[in-house]
Amino acid sequence: MQKQSVFTSRWLPWLLIAPQMIVVLVFFYWPAGQAVRQSFLLQDAFGLSTVFVWFENYKELLADPDYFASVMRTFVFAAAIALSSLSAALLLAVMADKPLRGISVYRTLLIWPYAVAPPVVGVLWIFMLNPSLGILSHGLRAIGIDWNPLLDGNQAALLIILASAWKQISYNFLFFLAGLQSIPKSVHEAAAIDGARPVRRFWTITFPLLTPTIFFLIVINVVYAFFDTFGIIDTMTRGGPAKATETLVYKVYSDGLLGGNLGSSAAQSVILMGIVIALTAIQFRFVERKVTY
Amino acid sequence: MAGVTLRNVRKTYPGGVDAIKGVDFEVGDGQFCVLVGPSGCGKSTLLRMVAGLETITSGEIDIGGRVVNQVEPADRDIAMVFQNYALYPHMSVYNNMAYGLRNRGMAKPEIDKRVREAAQILEIGPMLDRKPKQLSGGQRQRVAMGRAIVRQPKVFLFDEPLSNLDAKLRIAMRVEIRKLQRRLNTTSIYVTHDQLEAMTLADVLVVMNGGVVEQIGNPLDIYQKPATTFVASFIGAPPMNLTPFKPGDASVPVPGNTGGILGVRPEDLTLTTGSAPDGGVRYDLTVEAIERVGAETFVYGSRNGAKDAVAVSAKPGELPPGEIIVRLPGQAAPAIGERIVAVAPRDKLHIFGTDGRNRIEL
Repeated sequence: MQKQSVFTSRWLPWLLIAPQMIVVLVFFYWPAGQAVRQSFLLQDAFGLSTVFVWFENYKELLADPDYFASVMRTFVFAAAIALSSLSAALLLAVMADKPLRGISVYRTLLIWPYAVAPPVVGVLWIFMLNPSLGILSHGLRAIGIDWNPLLDGNQAALLIILASAWKQISYNFLFFLAGLQSIPKSVHEAAAIDGARPVRRFWTITFPLLTPTIFFLIVINVVYAFFDTFGIIDTMTRGGPAKATETLVYKVYSDGLLGGNLGSSAAQSVILMGIVIALTAIQFRFVERKVTY
Repeated sequence: MAGVTLRNVRKTYPGGVDAIKGVDFEVGDGQFCVLVGPSGCGKSTLLRMVAGLETITSGEIDIGGRVVNQVEPADRDIAMVFQNYALYPHMSVYNNMAYGLRNRGMAKPEIDKRVREAAQILEIGPMLDRKPKQLSGGQRQRVAMGRAIVRQPKVFLFDEPLSNLDAKLRIAMRVEIRKLQRRLNTTSIYVTHDQLEAMTLADVLVVMNGGVVEQIGNPLDIYQKPATTFVASFIGAPPMNLTPFKPGDASVPVPGNTGGILGVRPEDLTLTTGSAPDGGVRYDLTVEAIERVGAETFVYGSRNGAKDAVAVSAKPGELPPGEIIVRLPGQAAPAIGERIVAVAPRDKLHIFGTDGRNRIEL
């Protein structure tokens, strides 16, 4: 069978891929190129003159303790979000993978949060946990917890992690459910006859068979925590209090657009770009090939 | 060692569908019982009920003198071989077999001994470290068997274990399963839709149709004296010729003829130029088709002047009304379009009531 298409005209193939190529060039390569170029430049405070400074922006950045704090914070957030959202989603998926009455309604409801935009998620959680308005805040104060994420950095971080993890549960749930359903029923039955009780069956059969899904979702969740939490952070805490929730992607925004330090912001973007490329490479190189059984 | 007894076992699904409509039978200690029937007859459901994978709506299932209706699959002391083998894909062959023993807290040396013994019996010794994905269909089948025999259970349950294998391997494995069962002398229940597998494996054959048992018995007894037209056409290939007859039909030698269905197996018909033997039956046929399979030849003939022939309500392998199959030894056969006469002696006739049941002994 011939897999390659044969075109008689030399120009037709180019014409056919042109729309896609234009989109990629204009919306990806051009901005990315601009970011790289910008990261080598230094602008004066009024934007009147620009100097080419080689790696000055990067050197400054890597010597900045604020930046390192942000790196650490981002990794902690990513780990916490991925862990909590994956375990909650796995628990829900295992529960939903049973022949229950009205199971499709239950599953649909669990998938819905994925359709909620991140800023809306932020607003939702703010309403519940705002120190003066939030209904949950009242409850927390009633049991003696001094809840004030507007002042307490750790509480603000917890809030961001909670809201971000909650939003991602649906996505993870969907993949876990698909993963669970791809395990043949007879394998569970064979294990049941082989004397494995439900909990043991989960850890010796279900969980190992889900490892490809789990590794895939870890990468997706880490990427999510790195980048897509921007909307949630912006609506909930704006990186505060005292930068307690300023992750790398938020720092790019606040240093560049709010602080006007375009060179440093661009250098941070380039580093972030490097991280996402590395994550994608890990995904392809190790996860998709090695984690099989 | 133990027998299995089913007492008036029924299964009704929540939607109100009756899958099993009251089944009774007994499998003696060490016997090989085969449940056979067309797809959807409830045979697999029944096996899964014995295994504890399906609930029992009413009735009792007894394994080794203990009613197991409420007992978990793990505690019934059974082992099951699944149609798709259901091997644990992430475990090596060794671990697949050892899993059930580890779950029961058996000591390591004993597990090792049993797994290696089973591997030797099944000739899968060199494959113990491989994953199921690296095995062929026949090898996976052996591992599935190995997983069952290491447990040394009271009862083996087989759910169409050979249906995913190619024809040659199927025959080889069939013989092996029988030899293995004889050697271990473990009570077995085997589900299949293949009547040849059923005939060759069974000590006790249970023919099922539509959630009820049509006939239970020794395979050859069932072949020689099918209780219903369903059994007559399901057991035996090609199926028995079944032709309805009207009350008082002089060509059918039944005392006090009140109408019914006449059955003759294709191999009991012989071609002749003379008349029917005394009390036998005679068909005047025109040859429609010939099938030569080497050792024997099947002649498909339509009955001359059988315009009034009515179809018999026998679903599997049903023939068009008025068509008769004759099985001839060797390769000699009449030409297509030729007129022939096929006869069968009286003692080879099977007579059933008009509803296809109520076998009448001549």
